[in-house]
Amino acid sequence: MKKNILGLNPKDTKFLLIVVFLTLFTPILLQPFAAGSELAQFNGGYPDLMQKIAIFGIFAVGFNILFGLTGYLSFGHAAFLGIGSYAAVWMFKLLTMNVIPGILLAMVVSGLFAAAIGYVSLRRSGIYFSILTLAFAQMCYKMAYSVLTPLTNGETGLQLTLNDPRILDGAQQGSSLPVTNIFGLAMNSSYKVEALGRVFTFNVGFYFCAVIAILAFYVAIRLFRSPFGMMLRAVKSNQQRMTYTGLDPKPYTLAAFVISGMYAGLAGGLLAAMDPLAGADRMLWTASGEVVIMTILGGAGTLMGPVLGAGVIKYLENIFSKINEGVLHDWFSFLPDGVEDVVIWVFARFTGEGWHLTLGVTFMLVVTFLPGGLIEGLKRLASRIRNGSQKRDKYDDPDPEHRPDPGKRVAGE
Amino acid sequence: MGILEVKGVGKRFGGLQALGNVNLSVQENTVHAIIGPNGAGKSTLLNCLVGKLIPDEGSVTFAGTSVLGKKPHEINQLGISRVFQTPEIFGDLTVMENMMIPCFAKRDGAFRMHAIESMEAETDLIAKAEAMLEDVGMLEKREMIASSMSRGDKRRLEIAMCLVQEPKLLLLDEPTAGMARADTNNTIALLKEIKEKRDITIAIIEHDMHVVFSLADRITVLAQGTPLVEDTPDMIKGNPKVKEAYLGETQQV
Repeated sequence: MKKNILGLNPKDTKFLLIVVFLTLFTPILLQPFAAGSELAQFNGGYPDLMQKIAIFGIFAVGFNILFGLTGYLSFGHAAFLGIGSYAAVWMFKLLTMNVIPGILLAMVVSGLFAAAIGYVSLRRSGIYFSILTLAFAQMCYKMAYSVLTPLTNGETGLQLTLNDPRILDGAQQGSSLPVTNIFGLAMNSSYKVEALGRVFTFNVGFYFCAVIAILAFYVAIRLFRSPFGMMLRAVKSNQQRMTYTGLDPKPYTLAAFVISGMYAGLAGGLLAAMDPLAGADRMLWTASGEVVIMTILGGAGTLMGPVLGAGVIKYLENIFSKINEGVLHDWFSFLPDGVEDVVIWVFARFTGEGWHLTLGVTFMLVVTFLPGGLIEGLKRLASRIRNGSQKRDKYDDPDPEHRPDPGKRVAGE
Repeated sequence: MGILEVKGVGKRFGGLQALGNVNLSVQENTVHAIIGPNGAGKSTLLNCLVGKLIPDEGSVTFAGTSVLGKKPHEINQLGISRVFQTPEIFGDLTVMENMMIPCFAKRDGAFRMHAIESMEAETDLIAKAEAMLEDVGMLEKREMIASSMSRGDKRRLEIAMCLVQEPKLLLLDEPTAGMARADTNNTIALLKEIKEKRDITIAIIEHDMHVVFSLADRITVLAQGTPLVEDTPDMIKGNPKVKEAYLGETQQV
């Protein structure tokens, strides 16, 4: 038997190393355009965006463990994200500004909520399951917004104040709020490096998120390749056969639900660690929908897809919403006046406030032409490059039983 | 005392008496066929045995344990495996994965959180699954996606998935329904081989008389929800009551 590093086969090890490389070099990779150039608009290498990509990557990877493997489409996962944020902020208020206890509590609390919500919701499958999770998430949102105001600070959102106890941090005097840190290293500190006419920002918060994202991704690979992961795919494939094979699908789906809820809680805790406030809006149903879109856009059931989807959506959201009419004026000032106005009007629908339209069009195109998501697009591209562009039809995938190899095809076919 | 004892089982669906006072005793290491015309209650009876339906009255005991009120997966863990009318397999998974799942179910029970172990480390189970695939002549198809195979192969795989669990009782629900003649004959040959090579009891529901008479040691004829007669194949062939109720006056057997 071949020796496996970290319990992964050579192919997965290579895959993980690529992900580690991409993640650690994000500050450089997302900064391709020189500062001051017209295209600098499209640079994404600033801490806030990079942190969001890593955090929502974790969220989507966790969601995919439930949706991609078992096929159960939860429409309420943002509830766990919000619960994680509240739990983490409470830890910052009561115990310490060190993020570790906060994140751990976020995972535990959201895991407990996931167990309770999952236990009830998983009594049904298909659309009824989706509706039940949606209902629970909206209940959580409404409770956070109004009934549970003492815990959540309602509309304003849970924030740090100067007279929070913070038992472990001791008497911290001063007139400014403390910042989240990891063993004294502040999350919001950055090191800027200027090189090649570009400014690269290496941010502590981002690297903290990146390391956790890599760990979360590693756990997901192990889970996908494990017998447990196979059982989850069996749930999606045929529950009847599973039952008559002596397996109880329920604890498997519940375990997947709790695991993905804890991933969401982890992501929520990290959001709070980057910016220590938690609001009920984080639990709104649109936030639940967003993670569904991320997963499907990238490729549900694949390892890399959800991360890719999260990256694309957060990039579009942050970059496209920044492009306002003023920026468009600069771009199109070379056009004659009348034409310029028309072009700007059209582009303005897709940028700034209208970035959702760009997202919608992208999503529609991907779902229509690449049902397997962006990952499928990349795979097709890779095989095009490797094998040259042959005429492809739906019978082209290898199936020795019914379809001859391409090599054995009769000439002229 | 047989391995499977059905005593006085009855089941109603609203006003319809699907089963009434069914008594059946399946002896160990025999092939017991249950035949009967459409609507005789064959499938209802089978569903009562595997926990999909709960009988209104009577008892079902398997190897001394009552199966009434047990869930299908618990009944499977007692040692009853079921083959469906249309092959039920994990279509999205490979043939080998299809084989590994019952191996895990047999070893680890209804649920185990083996999330960190890797598949490659389970060398014992892999060897067991491969040996079973070899037995049914499907080893070279191990990496195929199960749903892309022919119906005959799917049936073969489903039977292999049941057998790898070493069940005490194998239930077959019309295993050759909708099959071409060649596939039917292959399935009969496979079942005969299983019967000879293994210590296994088989209960089979079947429409195709050719299949029933080439496999069964004993036959129970169901009609209108009650057993009409139980006997050896030769005696059943000659029984005028059976001819009248099921085979029809003119059919040649």
